[in-house]
Amino acid sequence: MKYEVVIGLEVHAQLKTQSKIFCSCSTEFGKPANENTCPVCLGMPGVLPVLNKTALQLAMQACLATHCSIAPMNRFDRKNYFYPDLPKGYQVSQFALPLGLNGYINIQMNGTRKKIGLTRIHMEEDAGKLIHGENLGSPGKSYVDFNRTGIPLVEIVSEPDLRSAEEAREYLTQLKAILDYAEVSDCNMEEGSLRCDANVSLRPVGQEEFGTRTEIKNLNSFRFVQKAIEYEVERQTQVLEQGDAVVQETRLYDSNKGVTFTMRSKEEAHDYRYFPEPDLVPVVIGDEWIQETQDKLPELPEQKRERFTQDYEIPEYDAGVLTTSRAMADYYEKSVSLYPKPKIVSNWIMGELLKELKNDEREIGECSVKPEDLTDLLKLIDEGTINAKMAKTVFEDMYHSGKPARDIVKEKGLTQITDSSAIESMVDQILQINADQVEQYKNGKEKVFGFLVGQIMKESKGQANPALVNKLLKERIG
Amino acid sequence: MHSKTILQAKEDLRQKKYSAVELTEAVYQRIDSVEPKVQAFVHLTRDIALKQAQTADQKLAAGEDAPLLGIPIALKDLICTQGTRTTCSSQILDQFVAPYDATVAGQLKSAGAVIVGKTNMDEFAMGSSTENAWHHPTMNPWNLERVPGGSSGGSAAAVSAHECLAALGSDTGGSIRQPANFCGVTGLKPTYGRVSRFGLVAFASSLDQIGPMTKTVADSALLMNVIGGKDPRDSTSADVARPDFMKALERDVSGLRMGIPKEYFTSGIDPEVERSVQEGIKTLESLGMKKVEVSLPHLQYAVATYYIIACAEASTNLSRYDGVKYGHRSQKTDNLLEMYMNTREEGFGEEVKRRIMLGTFVLSSGYYDAYYLKGQKVRTLIKQDFENAFEHCDVIVAPNAPVTAFKQKERIDDPLKMYLSDIYTISANLAGIPGISIPAGISRTDGMPVGLQLMSKHFDEESLIAVGHRFQQNTDHHLQQPSL
Repeated sequence: MKYEVVIGLEVHAQLKTQSKIFCSCSTEFGKPANENTCPVCLGMPGVLPVLNKTALQLAMQACLATHCSIAPMNRFDRKNYFYPDLPKGYQVSQFALPLGLNGYINIQMNGTRKKIGLTRIHMEEDAGKLIHGENLGSPGKSYVDFNRTGIPLVEIVSEPDLRSAEEAREYLTQLKAILDYAEVSDCNMEEGSLRCDANVSLRPVGQEEFGTRTEIKNLNSFRFVQKAIEYEVERQTQVLEQGDAVVQETRLYDSNKGVTFTMRSKEEAHDYRYFPEPDLVPVVIGDEWIQETQDKLPELPEQKRERFTQDYEIPEYDAGVLTTSRAMADYYEKSVSLYPKPKIVSNWIMGELLKELKNDEREIGECSVKPEDLTDLLKLIDEGTINAKMAKTVFEDMYHSGKPARDIVKEKGLTQITDSSAIESMVDQILQINADQVEQYKNGKEKVFGFLVGQIMKESKGQANPALVNKLLKERIG
Repeated sequence: MHSKTILQAKEDLRQKKYSAVELTEAVYQRIDSVEPKVQAFVHLTRDIALKQAQTADQKLAAGEDAPLLGIPIALKDLICTQGTRTTCSSQILDQFVAPYDATVAGQLKSAGAVIVGKTNMDEFAMGSSTENAWHHPTMNPWNLERVPGGSSGGSAAAVSAHECLAALGSDTGGSIRQPANFCGVTGLKPTYGRVSRFGLVAFASSLDQIGPMTKTVADSALLMNVIGGKDPRDSTSADVARPDFMKALERDVSGLRMGIPKEYFTSGIDPEVERSVQEGIKTLESLGMKKVEVSLPHLQYAVATYYIIACAEASTNLSRYDGVKYGHRSQKTDNLLEMYMNTREEGFGEEVKRRIMLGTFVLSSGYYDAYYLKGQKVRTLIKQDFENAFEHCDVIVAPNAPVTAFKQKERIDDPLKMYLSDIYTISANLAGIPGISIPAGISRTDGMPVGLQLMSKHFDEESLIAVGHRFQQNTDHHLQQPSL
């Protein structure tokens, strides 16, 4: 039987605040264990939470950037369960009345746009981290680091609208871009500021009703999300094809083995006993505040994508790539302002620049070639100092050495040969060696012309001005 | 010296009749002599108190003034005090020392108070007799075979036995007013949100409120001037301007309407309690107050509603006592689940465990709507009852407890009977309104004090203070002393 894959994602994103959600402790990453703690986030007796208004503001930005409606009355709930990394024995979250409802984001799959619904966005506090003794030289003991406890998060829950692992990954890419643009989150997966749970089920193609789903928890990279879903789809397909039923359960992904495995079954599922957090008062969000936040929202990836295709007349694909992060879009726009040939700039960024960054697994913000450097290089081509092929070599050098294009060109003596007599002699030489091909060309085999140009370029070690080579060759064998 | 009210002692200190150190020493001498019988305290902070008294004396000598300069005050042992133990009369927190002061503790210290020690209570404020206390029970100074009430029984007994000039208690369902009643002292539960709960170890967050327990209404007014007000560390503290409560002492009460809720005078009330309350009402009439009958029709549901909401909140408030970070941890900890179960099994007393289980049950999926949600709806109805009643009256006058202080161990094995001792006080907590218990006589059958309860609108403690003070100016019930 043919099955349709149904996926819904729950994404936890860390809000970019200076201090925690209910106390004034710092949110700085990488501090020594338990340095960013106080009686409030440690859940000591008698302490009380006070809501960080910036966290609420950022969560509103997340909602508005994803077209969610904002609930006028906001309340927190307690989610009760015992675990040593949860100092109060409950997590303060939003259950009954989430901040945002009924949003969506658009993704692009194979050139077509698809709308992915968002069920809800709510705020909550993060838990701490357990460190097991074997990592600290004391096997048999476990330690708790509460630095993360009370870090503000939004949980973004999608509708079950995704139909493949690739769509899931694309959704995450778009969501990350939106959260980045809206200045909601750093979305740094290595530091745990973006985490994902995936709900996966299968149903026979054409069936309305959803199949039984499994939830894969704590996926901490886009690649793992895709791989875990792919594995899970394969596993569920096999289960169904053997005539068995998928068991509703929570699973974990082992990234080393590339498999998912059971964490807990439905029977073991917690009863979280949610109820309204009595230590916090409901927060009423007026229309004025919502409007003000809406007005202050920066241009979002989708709007930027449209503007890029219109204003710069670049293909939609290019616009999509160039707007995946705000830093990249800014890089592009800065470059175009310095060198107003948008498609050429786009080609260079998507080609050479992204190739290098991908090799190094770096972000554009960490790139030593700044827009000024890139456009200087492009100007050297226009000026005729170097040709496009040489420019690629120069770019590689710039990227690794950090030196300006002009210095590299000078140091390496890479100047383009624009002297007609020098090129003429090379043309002569090549025509002499390739008399047979010249003959073929004259008999109408036009493709040979390109071969000859290539030979001359090769002879010049790539430094001859290609236009001039073409012109002179044409004159000779016309 | 130890039997002075705050206002008397303040005046004496100002006139240098004695020093703050002398006053504090006198209080400790009194403690040394009566505490073996009463057992009002969990622990004393004698050394710190004497230093605070010395500082107070220096300030007094320098002509400085502060509302409670040199006044020995006791705190219920669920109000966190930086550097000294806060046990909640529980094994699980027996050695807990908070690295912070509760907001009220800070306010008292800033006002110059001398903190005598931490008073006994029912464990985590759960109880009505101060028998659910891990260290020891507290005795009623009027009759050592009887309970002082609870849960602030230690504070009430300490004030009654003159082991401090005043104390702070906390009231979740009557825990200030009922023991004040049982021990013949004045106890005020402020409006929910009037006094910061920061540093008050939570029993039921939406009901808990700290308040003064004093020898007179005037002393309560003075303490309210110190502890009331918005606290940025407590989101539920109300952003309402704090009046000068001492000014309310000067108010005339003639013409004020007192509402008598008929539901409070039905079956189950001790005849001697009813007699004292009716006499109290007559006294208030003689002061020019007008009597009107009012109705609080949902009173019968108050106890059930209270135990659902209070236990629900308590069950999660007490989850933090898990043996991981502080407090008692069981030695039997082969794995995580065992550590949790044994720590909590050993660390909590019977009543606390009972309420955690009750609360866990009412919040469980499948039962939430039938219990917790229904409870919240009834709570709204009870609140509306009071709003309706206050359209016809300025204060409500009622008994405070159906009986006088009962005997030790009489009710401890009958939780339901114990819960019913709070039947008259619980609805003020559910509605969030202020209430005060003032001494109104002595029962002729058992010689125990009887209290009169006054309740008023949200943030109108001033009416309670005005009426209560005028009552005390015209009666001597509050001057009656136990013969220890």
